[in-house]
Amino acid sequence: MSITTPLVPHEPGRTSEPPAEVVGRLEETWRHRPGFWGWVCSVEHKSIATRYIITAVVFFILGGIEAAVMRAQLARPENGVLGPDAYNQFFTMHGSTMMFLFAVPVMDAMGLYLVPLMIGTRNVAFPRLNAYGYWVYLFGGLFLYVMFFLNTGPDVGWFAYVPLAGPEFTPGKRADVWAQLVTFTEVSALVASVEMIVTIFKQRAPGMTLGRLPLFVWAMLVQSFMVLFAMPWVATASQFLAMDRLIATHFFNPAEGGDALLWQHLFWFFGHPEVYIIFVPALGFVSMIVSTFTRRQVFGYPAMVLSLVATAFLGFGLWVHHMFATGVPQLGASFFTAASMMIAIPSGVQIFCWVATIWSGRPRFTTPFLFVLGFVALFLIGGFTGVMVASIPFDLQVHDTYFVVAHFHYVLIGGAVFPLFGAFYYWFPKATGRMLDERLGRWNFWLFFIGMNLTFFPMHQLGFEGMPRRVYTYLAATGWGDLNLLASAGAVVIAASVLVFLVNVARSLRSGARAGENPWGAESLEWATASPPRPYNFAYIPVVDGRAPLWEHPEGLPVVEGLRTDVREVLITTMLDAEPDSRHRHPEPSVWPLLAAIASTVFFVALIFTPWAFPIGIALLFLALLGWAWPRGEEHREERMIEREA
Amino acid sequence: MLQAVTQFPGAHSVLAPAGPQARMAESLWNPMYAVSIVVYILVMGALFWAAFRRRRADEPAVTPERERTLRRVVTGATVATTIVLFVFLVLNVSVGRAVTAHPGENPIQLLVTGHQWWWEVQYRDSVPQRWVTTANEIHVPVGRPVVVELRSSDVIHSIWPPNLSGKHDLIPGNENSFWFQADSAGVYRTECAEFCGHQHAKMSLLVVAQHPDSFAQWLTQQRDTARTPTDTLALKGRAVFLGSSCVMCHAVAGTPAGSRIGPDLTHLASRATIAAGTLPNTPGNLAGWIVDPQRIKPGVLMPPNQLDPEQLQALLAYLETLR
Repeated sequence: MSITTPLVPHEPGRTSEPPAEVVGRLEETWRHRPGFWGWVCSVEHKSIATRYIITAVVFFILGGIEAAVMRAQLARPENGVLGPDAYNQFFTMHGSTMMFLFAVPVMDAMGLYLVPLMIGTRNVAFPRLNAYGYWVYLFGGLFLYVMFFLNTGPDVGWFAYVPLAGPEFTPGKRADVWAQLVTFTEVSALVASVEMIVTIFKQRAPGMTLGRLPLFVWAMLVQSFMVLFAMPWVATASQFLAMDRLIATHFFNPAEGGDALLWQHLFWFFGHPEVYIIFVPALGFVSMIVSTFTRRQVFGYPAMVLSLVATAFLGFGLWVHHMFATGVPQLGASFFTAASMMIAIPSGVQIFCWVATIWSGRPRFTTPFLFVLGFVALFLIGGFTGVMVASIPFDLQVHDTYFVVAHFHYVLIGGAVFPLFGAFYYWFPKATGRMLDERLGRWNFWLFFIGMNLTFFPMHQLGFEGMPRRVYTYLAATGWGDLNLLASAGAVVIAASVLVFLVNVARSLRSGARAGENPWGAESLEWATASPPRPYNFAYIPVVDGRAPLWEHPEGLPVVEGLRTDVREVLITTMLDAEPDSRHRHPEPSVWPLLAAIASTVFFVALIFTPWAFPIGIALLFLALLGWAWPRGEEHREERMIEREA
Repeated sequence: MLQAVTQFPGAHSVLAPAGPQARMAESLWNPMYAVSIVVYILVMGALFWAAFRRRRADEPAVTPERERTLRRVVTGATVATTIVLFVFLVLNVSVGRAVTAHPGENPIQLLVTGHQWWWEVQYRDSVPQRWVTTANEIHVPVGRPVVVELRSSDVIHSIWPPNLSGKHDLIPGNENSFWFQADSAGVYRTECAEFCGHQHAKMSLLVVAQHPDSFAQWLTQQRDTARTPTDTLALKGRAVFLGSSCVMCHAVAGTPAGSRIGPDLTHLASRATIAAGTLPNTPGNLAGWIVDPQRIKPGVLMPPNQLDPEQLQALLAYLETLR
């Protein structure tokens, strides 16, 4: 440890126009190495997050195509588009893709892109781990789809209930593929959550106390803790399942003293928080968009933060409401009814605060803001049906019917995908330097909104009329044909809206209007740097003294100088008050994360076929981690304490 | 004959309750629906007003008095939400207690076992000889509670007659049970509501609620063993049945066939449907099913049966006698 020069505070207005030689040196220090090799080795959060988002959108489209094929099958009674074997694979792939390969990763990816910019740092805390997490996610998704195209796609539902998913009733490799897909995604999600927590706690710009965190950063912090506590349960469950299938353990085999219900408890203890893991970041998007487009800070900041935290806590107390039909005793189940209803309160508080914000602000009806209005209109419906299914007698009627399909699509599409699309429109200019087209944006919004309601609203009625979920067909005499046809027509409209979005992106990348640093006139730090941001994000680290730094300093932000520009250095600040604490030597690009991810992939995939994969995989992974951690001469990692004034 | 089954596939709606449990669940729907609509209109109205209200050009965005007013409004809305939810909670828990309360006097005892992809139904009795085993069809007398014990022989299934009661899972290795009561005569359809593999979609059961007298008559008839037919064609069909692979899975009481892997066929002809509520029980459908069940329910565990036409006609004639 050596004590060096203190950080030098600068006069305001230096964030965007630093001297050319500083920029040149930063550029040289932080840039990608050129070419494919440089791309593979990159550890830069923006480039990795961009890959993450593109990959997740590709999976969103694949999951959407699966949904469209299912809707084609269900459009008419006794239809012949898909047989039961194919249909079961399709609905399992749809659910697993949307949950594990789209929704969670895309939210993590948005966080990985935006959080370092919003808190004024140069990169995420563990950049190589970040690269590793992406590769593991990509390989997991590729593995799933390769298996699907080989007709070995999982066919036991994204929830994989035992004993159906056990060795006796699903011989072959299909359920193993599902169990290992979960392993891939839980590794990448855990990795992302650890990076996120450490980045947020230790790398905030000086002065950005926890009380000044942008609400999206709060949302990512809360979500990351949820991931940290939820993922180990599904990890346990899926490994038990893999062991039951591979080495004949009997965790879930009632004939040998195992318990089929144990699976459901473990799975839903993860599975219910999972919904909030997807939904909480979306709340963060909404807050940022509402604030920008009403030109005032979100009303009730402490209430908003407490609501996020309350949602996270309550989210872990609801899992049994997926299991009311299993014969849980009435009194015990009532607690879960209470918790399931209670979680409506923090959601309500946030909606009330946004309405108050909009009322007292000056709204601008841009596409991101439209998506926020659409979010409220749809999410409320999903929220109401959510309160309804918390009721045990009512839930026993609608559980596992199309009513529930309608419910959670309103929650997940209305509550998460609409804010996500709003976020795409909102931050696209920051990430690419070009605006998305507003006219196409409106088409995108209205088609999505109409299609969504056409598809899912009739499903409430189908549930009442007795249509169970996960059926590959139905008899004409049931009378479900017309509403199903309507739902299928709605799916076409949704597909059209996604197409409009893709066209909009493609056109804007080529010829969109230039964005500039802060096209929307927003408040938070990501808008205080170039669009797209340079590899080092900020030439000088900004100093923050309020919740809306850019609005509080229209003349330019105060900054500090003193981080080295010739080597990669990031500023570490204290956890609560974000006082400068130390300079951290930041890792260089490396190929080892990719190699470690390949080793993990070999490990996880081979485990489907032989228990020998375990020792061999561990050995491979050990070698990869050894290479990763091998000390190199040029990287003497020293942390410099920052001299503090007494 | 007891073919009171006039409608096929039977009533299946949450909103047309025909028994106390379903009626209680439905009684929750109306208040929850009404309150949801009111709250939806209020919140969306507030949102639209907030977004589109006319603003003075010089209106300041944030003033302390305004923030105080907003704080009062938001707090009020939150308190109102909490109160509404609390009322719902009390309502739900009290209805929930009523639903699970003990059934009335002298219930019918039933055991339903889930199989991939059909339902085995047993009427218990203190005298084992009087037990009745049937499949995919439950007959109950109107106005009398029915206690159903639920088991599964393979994976998890869930029984759901929406007009009579909510869902209850059949879980291997776990005990579960429920009761229901039909207050009016009719046929109520039950779907399997837990994903159970290939033919989850075609796993139905009919609940036939009938006058107590007809029910008693039905039960007495179901207790009979199958009589050996007198008709020569049917007799030949009996020989086909007993001499083929049918007996590996199916039972007909009163014959050597006693396997319990597939549905009991002792009174097959008295049932309204075949293949677990998938097809009306007509000779043509039955012939198609016997010859190639995989065409009707792909993945079903019953193998195809290559019978020549004469054998098939004889077999159908025999099965027709199993009333």
